[in-house]
Amino acid sequence: MTSITVPGSTAIERPEHGRGEDYLNCDKGWRSWLLTLDHKRIGVMYMIAITFNFFLGGIMALLVRAELWTHAPGPITTDGVIYNNLFTLHGAIMVFLVIIPSIPAVLGNFVLPIMLGAKDVAFPRVNLMSFHLYMVGTIMLVMAILTGGLDTGWTFYTPYSSVLSSSSVVMAVMGAFILGFSSIFTGLNFIVTIHKMRPKGMGYFRMPLFLWSIYATALIQILATPVLGITLLLLTVERALGFGIFDPKLGGDPVLFQHFFWFYSHPAVYIMILPGMGVISELISTFSRRHIFGYRFIAYSSIMIAVFGFLVWGHHMFTSGQSELVTAIFSALTFSVSIPSAIKVFNWVATLYKGSISLASPMLYALSFLFLFGIGGLTGLFLGALATDMHLHDTYFVVAHFHYVMMGSALVAFIGGIHYWWPKMFGRMFNDRIARLCAIGVFVGFNLTFFPQFLAGTQGMPRRYHEYKPEFEGYMRWSTIGAFVLGISLFVAFYNLFSTLRKEKDAPDNPWGGATLEWTVSSPPPHHNFDSEPTIYDPYALDAVVWNPETRSFEHKKDAGLLEESGEGAEHA
Amino acid sequence: MTTIGDVGQPHDGHGGEHGHAHDPHLAHHFDTPQQQYDSAKMGMWTFLVTEILFFSGLFCAYTVYRHTHPEIFLGASKFLDKTLGAVNTMVLLFSSMTMAWAVRCAQLEQRRGLIINLALTIVCAFGFMGIKYVEYSHKFHDGLLPGSHYSAALHASEEFKAAHHIDEHFHGHVPAEVEREALELEQVNYRTFFSVYFGMTGLHGIHVLAGIGVLTWLLVRALRGRSTGTTSWSSTTSGSTGTSST
Amino acid sequence: MSSILPASVLAQGGGVWFPAQASSFGPEVDWIFHFILWLSVFFFVLIVGLMTYFVIKYRRRSEDEPAPVGPTHNQKLEVTWTVIPTILVGFIFWFGFEGYMDMRVAPRDATQIQVKAKTWVWTFVYPGGQVSDVLYLQKDKDYQFIMSSADVLHSMYVPAFRLKYDVVPGRYTTAWVRPTELGEYNLFCAEYCGKDHSRMNTKTVVLEPDAFEAQLKKLAEVGSPIEYGRRLYDGRGGCKACHSLDGSAVSGGGPSFKDLYVRERTTNPGGTFKADDNYVRESILKPQAKVVEGYPPVMPAPAGLSDTDVDALVQFVRHASEVGPVAGTADDPAAKGDQGGGGGGDAKDGQGGQEGGGR
Ligand code: HEA
Ligand code: HEA
Ligand code: HEC
Ligand code: CUA
Ligand SMILES: [Cu+2]
Repeated sequence: MTSITVPGSTAIERPEHGRGEDYLNCDKGWRSWLLTLDHKRIGVMYMIAITFNFFLGGIMALLVRAELWTHAPGPITTDGVIYNNLFTLHGAIMVFLVIIPSIPAVLGNFVLPIMLGAKDVAFPRVNLMSFHLYMVGTIMLVMAILTGGLDTGWTFYTPYSSVLSSSSVVMAVMGAFILGFSSIFTGLNFIVTIHKMRPKGMGYFRMPLFLWSIYATALIQILATPVLGITLLLLTVERALGFGIFDPKLGGDPVLFQHFFWFYSHPAVYIMILPGMGVISELISTFSRRHIFGYRFIAYSSIMIAVFGFLVWGHHMFTSGQSELVTAIFSALTFSVSIPSAIKVFNWVATLYKGSISLASPMLYALSFLFLFGIGGLTGLFLGALATDMHLHDTYFVVAHFHYVMMGSALVAFIGGIHYWWPKMFGRMFNDRIARLCAIGVFVGFNLTFFPQFLAGTQGMPRRYHEYKPEFEGYMRWSTIGAFVLGISLFVAFYNLFSTLRKEKDAPDNPWGGATLEWTVSSPPPHHNFDSEPTIYDPYALDAVVWNPETRSFEHKKDAGLLEESGEGAEHA
Repeated sequence: MTTIGDVGQPHDGHGGEHGHAHDPHLAHHFDTPQQQYDSAKMGMWTFLVTEILFFSGLFCAYTVYRHTHPEIFLGASKFLDKTLGAVNTMVLLFSSMTMAWAVRCAQLEQRRGLIINLALTIVCAFGFMGIKYVEYSHKFHDGLLPGSHYSAALHASEEFKAAHHIDEHFHGHVPAEVEREALELEQVNYRTFFSVYFGMTGLHGIHVLAGIGVLTWLLVRALRGRSTGTTSWSSTTSGSTGTSST
Repeated sequence: MSSILPASVLAQGGGVWFPAQASSFGPEVDWIFHFILWLSVFFFVLIVGLMTYFVIKYRRRSEDEPAPVGPTHNQKLEVTWTVIPTILVGFIFWFGFEGYMDMRVAPRDATQIQVKAKTWVWTFVYPGGQVSDVLYLQKDKDYQFIMSSADVLHSMYVPAFRLKYDVVPGRYTTAWVRPTELGEYNLFCAEYCGKDHSRMNTKTVVLEPDAFEAQLKKLAEVGSPIEYGRRLYDGRGGCKACHSLDGSAVSGGGPSFKDLYVRERTTNPGGTFKADDNYVRESILKPQAKVVEGYPPVMPAPAGLSDTDVDALVQFVRHASEVGPVAGTADDPAAKGDQGGGGGGDAKDGQGGQEGGGR
């Protein structure tokens, strides 16, 4: 078994061939997976489930796009209700089943404890329960599809959802409710883990930025998701038992529902993007072999995004009839969140300066992220400005904006992260040439799909339209072509990854030259992460990591990149 | 140089399943019982924060409607029972005390005190549910139900007229028009009040039921003599205190 | 039309980004948009340009290239790129806010038009009592819309006016506009409202004063009840979205009007019976009073239908049941294309010419 660098001893022994026990082969049988308490196995199970759900949501997206090929109904369906089901389920699956859990539950679960130097998360049982809740929620949403569908839009606006819709709203909403608890428990686990499980020497400001961003995300998860829970519960009693809290016919207020919904769902968009930003911080610094620029600013900006993110939900409701004063306040606050995002972007670019930049596939995804998040984030400014939002609200401009940030940024970061940590997770290298081609395909396909939608939106095409005016057909056709390019690239990208599972384990411990702790353990990591106490390295001292042509891996230089004993965090015994 | 494992004891490859030689309560991934205790405590408190937020939606709805329809809250609250409400508040406060006491007993490893206090708390919880049952059945009977189930006819009652100053101006001869307006006021807005009322008390009731479940489990454990005084245990109970007094 | 190039949009006089301006809000909104646009272009080019430059200049040349050491932080730089964007977004907020206040505060003497929305039709009621399903406006006059919804959320959106505001059940919302260009513009429902959300659109027509007055007069004419009923069926009655005339089923809708008086139905409550005028009248006025078995209770209550309207509808429904569909007005394309039960683009085309406005 691989031993790790231990201070005081310089030996780096590695077995030539034949690997020892790791978390993948230490135990066998489906029970050892489904009932495991190992954060790494839970992460892997999440990954499989989320990939499956992503494809499900992706197929719905392709059906939506195919349907929009012509301005008249058809070719997929002439039935408005079916189209409404398609985009609702696409949105709900992508948001609740894919992008919210994606990075925290997969990459967070897998690497967070190792990066931190801990043997597991604080509450492994709760972690497993989160996964089981996730599966229950998934099954309930799928059941909803089978027992009547869901046609409310992913926003579930009342009174349509509570009175008029004849789809399985209650089933779907309860599914989302349960998914919310899965998310809450994951966040809770990470917060406690980061506070209490740091080994000696791992101070808050010695943590990799990925951990900071996961921490900020977890804060939002535990503070915002309960509000979603109660909102969905109220919607359920409204629909099933006729409580009149949101239904104007019974004296309720439909705009109140929107406030409740966005009080969660705006912070939720930062649940989606913050972990992605964390991944990007790691990727950019590793692949340019440079210490991240402005560590503290990036770390604090994560927390600032989390905090400000709670104050801006009303920007989804500028035209809803809320008062002018409230509207103006929300608009002003909306701009405050763009500042920490801007700080991050500038710091990432500065990190590239004077680097030694490799264009391996994860880095291509990271660079795509910078490009796409630039567009997605900047178009948020048009929506945050009141006069322009009056025109742009609920048009394809909004659709394009949120795909640029959710798909183009958060999901691209997730895919980049999966490529980055794949050798660590499974001990196998994928074909990087194919992966790079796919990354380019995703980038091109993505822009082709969603850039024309900005134009359709400013020209006035409303969203959630099954049939539309002929003058928008040109934009929609480009978009549909792009979606298929995107779909094929994604399909090949995932195939390229998963097909490695059939071959021998061949990945070195540190193929990319990362300096964070997970790269100091074997690939795949041992069952308990560390066979002896981990040495805490500076996560961004990339000059301490050097290429070893013999092992075809990067290794920490002797006594380099260590953190001095004194300093924050040393207090934890 | 110390290793992560040696604060506790040497661990085997499958610590999660096997437990440890020294302290059976220390999970494999913690270094010290203190760390485990701190984590459990923090986790429990964080969970309670999420619980508060869970209720916040209802408080928010309450505030909004109270702000937009103050007269409804004045009027409709006349149909709530002050005495039963007060008694139930006392029951809750008392149970918070017994629960806190139980936690203290657990920390001091006083098994008898622990059992008595737990039992008292459970009794209080049942008492609370019993009183709620009386209150609810009264309202069910009067048709004071949430939303579309609302079927009462309060606008003719003395309380309603007093709350909305109806008789004051007309001295008994209420014009039909005012009568109709009063009916509308009641039909549309009183039911929202009772929606909020049942929403809040119902959700709280569910929590009390869950609390009864958890406390019973703890009581059984205490009776069996297991786990008194272990740190992880007392932090669980300190959490339940919070829950039962929410 | 079926081409990949969106040339048709440009041909209508709009730019790459926007359709042609037709209201007093146009210049302001477009100006703010372009202000943000060029600011964004500047930052985007800066960021992506630097990124590309660095990637090329500092690309890794060999696998074992030693890690370079460069600056890891720079307080001054950080503060600069925090403060500059903060100031800039301050400006964006202010311009957006000013434009917004102009859009929200209607001039005092604006003419008020009631806008009634229900699934999935628009009805506009003029101060003189004229009712229309096309929004006719007079050029250079101020209008305030008093909007209400009979069922769920809708949103009135006229891209050429840069105007959008939600229509919320249970309360009034308002918006105002001053049209500045003659022409015919799309009016969309922008807030999702169910099955035919994407068909809930009509036109707004900006006219010279004379033409406008003539139009108002025309709106007041009713014509034969059956023909009028037909127009309501196609237009602001909204029946067409759910009831076919040829016996075909409409998914998510109700029974066909064909043979309505002939067949037996079972309703809850009500039992099994044949329809008569009174039953049809009740079905229109109180849709949920007797719900036909096998259908969900989703038929909306009438919004903006007068007694005359209901009478005409009843006559039309009887006629449709016994004699078959009446042809619509001669220049009404919707009437001809209708037999398909709402397929194709007919519903959309129908919006322009109905209500007999073009006769
Ligand atoms: C990952 C998800 C994500 C992220 C990160 C964001 C980020 C932002 N969003 Fe977005 N948004 C959504 C997901 C997201 N959004 C979704 C899903 C919807 C629609 C939901 C629905 O209706 O279905 C939506 C809708 C939405 C609206 C409502 C539109 C409407 O319906 O009318 C608004 C309005 O203010 C808005 C604004 C913003 C802003 C200001 C940011 C900012 O955080 C962006 C900050 C980033 C930058 C500014 C770019 C980087 C910085 C630079 C390149 C430097 C230069 C910067 C400056 C000069 C400031 N978003
Ligand atoms: C993370 C969130 C996320 C992601 C990743 C996506 C991804 C995509 N989305 Fe979606 N979208 C939403 C969240 C997301 N979306 C939300 C919240 C809404 C709003 C819903 C509402 O209004 O209620 C929405 C709405 C929405 C609309 C608007 C519908 C309307 O308003 O009428 C459209 C239209 O183009 C669209 C398209 C797409 C496309 C083409 C992709 C593509 O990027 C998808 C690409 C993925 C795949 C294609 C799957 C992978 C590959 C395969 C399955 C292999 C097989 C394929 C081939 C062989 C070709 N989405
Ligand atoms: C949202 C869809 C919808 C719209 C719009 C709608 N209806 Fe209906 N209608 C239904 C449904 C569903 C039923 C069957 C259930 C019921 O009786 O309520 C129905 C039933 C009826 C019936 C009784 C049919 C029978 O066979 O007994 C009549 C008559 C009728 N509608 C007339 C109208 C008229 C006239 C309009 C327009 C002013 C209209 N409807 C608009 C959905 C709709
Ligand atoms: Cu009405 Cu959409
Ligand atoms: Cu938002």
